Amino acid sequence: MSAADTAASLGLRACSMCGLLARPLPAQPSYCPRCGARLHCRKPDSGARTWALLIAAYVLYVPANVLPIMETNSLFNAQHDTIMSGIVYLWDSGSWFIALLVFFASIITPLLKLIVLTLLQLSVQRRWPWPARQRLRWYRLVVFFGRWSMLDIYVVAALVALMQIRAIAVIHAGPAAAAFGAVVVLTMWATLCFDPRRLWDSADDE
Amino acid sequence: MSETPRQPHAGEIPEAAVAPHRPWPQALIWAIPLVAVLVAVSLAVQAFLERGPTITISFLVAEGVQAGKTRIKYKNVDIGEVKTVELSDDRSRVIVTAQLTRRAESFLVDDTRFWIVRPRIAGGNVYAVGTLISGSYIGVDIGKSSERRRDFIGLETPILVPSDLPGKRFVLEADDIGSLDLGSPVYYRGLQVGQILSFDLAESGKSVIVNIFVNAPYDRYVNSNTRFWNVSGIDASLTPGGVQVNVQSLAALIQGGLAFQTPPEAAVLAPAVENAAFRLFPDRAAAMNLPDAQVEQAIAVFKESARGLAPGAPVDLLGVVIGEVVAVGIDFDGAGKSVSVPVELKLYPNRLRSRFKTADTAAAPTSKQVLLQMFKYGLRAQLRTANLLTGQLYIALDFFPNAPEAAFDPNASPLRLPTAPGSLQGLQATIMSIAAKLDKIPMEALAADLRKTLQSTNTLIERLGSEVTPATVAMLGDAQRALAALEQSLGTDAPLQQNAQEAMQEITRAARALRELTEYLERHPEALLRGKKADKQ
Repeated sequence: MSAADTAASLGLRACSMCGLLARPLPAQPSYCPRCGARLHCRKPDSGARTWALLIAAYVLYVPANVLPIMETNSLFNAQHDTIMSGIVYLWDSGSWFIALLVFFASIITPLLKLIVLTLLQLSVQRRWPWPARQRLRWYRLVVFFGRWSMLDIYVVAALVALMQIRAIAVIHAGPAAAAFGAVVVLTMWATLCFDPRRLWDSADDE
Repeated sequence: MSETPRQPHAGEIPEAAVAPHRPWPQALIWAIPLVAVLVAVSLAVQAFLERGPTITISFLVAEGVQAGKTRIKYKNVDIGEVKTVELSDDRSRVIVTAQLTRRAESFLVDDTRFWIVRPRIAGGNVYAVGTLISGSYIGVDIGKSSERRRDFIGLETPILVPSDLPGKRFVLEADDIGSLDLGSPVYYRGLQVGQILSFDLAESGKSVIVNIFVNAPYDRYVNSNTRFWNVSGIDASLTPGGVQVNVQSLAALIQGGLAFQTPPEAAVLAPAVENAAFRLFPDRAAAMNLPDAQVEQAIAVFKESARGLAPGAPVDLLGVVIGEVVAVGIDFDGAGKSVSVPVELKLYPNRLRSRFKTADTAAAPTSKQVLLQMFKYGLRAQLRTANLLTGQLYIALDFFPNAPEAAFDPNASPLRLPTAPGSLQGLQATIMSIAAKLDKIPMEALAADLRKTLQSTNTLIERLGSEVTPATVAMLGDAQRALAALEQSLGTDAPLQQNAQEAMQEITRAARALRELTEYLERHPEALLRGKKADKQ
């Protein structure tokens, strides 16, 4: 693999916001002369930040799936639904398509994002012999799917707003809703903190 | 990818700018996972702390209990949820596993009771209507024991009175339950002061044990002299005195109930203790009868029909009830070839005494001795009709001075009372003798004679028809002719009539002349002697 010239190899910095190339100032933090964003050769401290956010997301993923996401209090009974019990209910009641959709959006996607980011991060640090092109494809997938995970939160938010007939039925968002939202946001941040340029850095080093 | 990288000119690339503010400390990013861990741990700790004990309750039937749905409620406050509903190993019971909240930990003692609350209609009231919509739940009554427990046997019938309600429980023993039901009210002077908690057959199978609860301020009116009686429905009894109908209240009529009161004569004692036992009387009259201290068993043997004599019929001495009939039997005397009716009686000799009489002196004969003496002096038991309409009988004790001497052993037990034939029986005997005399009349011979007479009469009439009728017809024709002649002779233009008229006029004139004469004579009586004077005109 021929090593192409990169901004880093030429001692230049590309602005990660507007893409402007700039010459960094020696021995002090440099900023983009056009948009004012911080200039880095690589995102600073990318590994540590990605790990921190990933760990936080892993931790919150557990309560997000164990605790009830929605509390329904109706005249008939009080019900606490976790994400999984909601999916089971949808599946049992015959709405297989919606059950699968919610299952992928709420359970598989966050987990996939976490696992893929973890593997990418490990591959960068441990210099795994994993083709950079494949890794980049996974990375793009994670970026693309990131926002879809919020589907569950949208559903709960809509139901909570709609079902507020005090005497007959009230729906509250459970503690899992906050945890789940945090997981989604944290994985998105982790994706942002992860610097894909390091993928080819490690590949180039070989 | 074929584009060759162009060497950038150093002059085209601008210098980076300098910003005034300092960057964030890099380690600050680790605050995010720290916060996440704190949140997750706090959630976990909270969940763990709230997670109370898991208990199992076994029921015979788990109707309306659903895993994950049915709640456990104490005073309608949610304290847990049913997790699983399974059959026991021998499939005889249903094991309900429930997860309670942390606060319910202290509830789980030995005598805590669980039952399934379902909509129920009992004692005229509808209970737990809300469960019609919300579904059944498991109710809890917290016990007072200090012994901890996790496995419970659920009650099949709900508890009506929570154990912390102030008041007292009492146990009543009744002959039968009547129309009482769970939750039937207990009245004190018409106020509802409690209810029936449960009832069960006594172990002997000969009575019913009724557990009742009397609410707090009223339980002090229950003492060991208090009488309980049944006020269920309409108490209609056919007594020798006629038909008697008692109704406590409309509510009691529908749902049954009990009442209690302490007889006014009875001494007021300290309030009864919890679970004190009482007898439940069938009606107020029975309850209020002061118990007779002295009871004398006796047997009166009658030689007549005892139809209409029921157990409970009074034994009466000059109109005062001094005993009652216990049983009516029948006996056959093989030697005498006669059937007799032995009637078992209970006599209360104490009733012979007036309530207001001063205390007996030692020398005075006891009530029993007085009674025994009376039998010696000709007192006899006699069956009498109390009510002609219904044919009810009672036993009267009365003196029969002319009664034949009867053997009477005052020391026998039970006493054998000498009897006298009943008044109705005497009447019956007379009627019987009349009937016997009637029987002796030769009815058949009389009937034969009568028939013969009737036959001859019949032939006589026939002959009259055939022989006499033509002659009669001819006679009638003659009579008609005679009548026509008579009419002719009596008509207005008949000579007889005219003659009669003339004769009448003559008679009238004669009468007038006679009157004139008498008037003249009245005025001139001397005319009889001197003759009529000439007119002076």
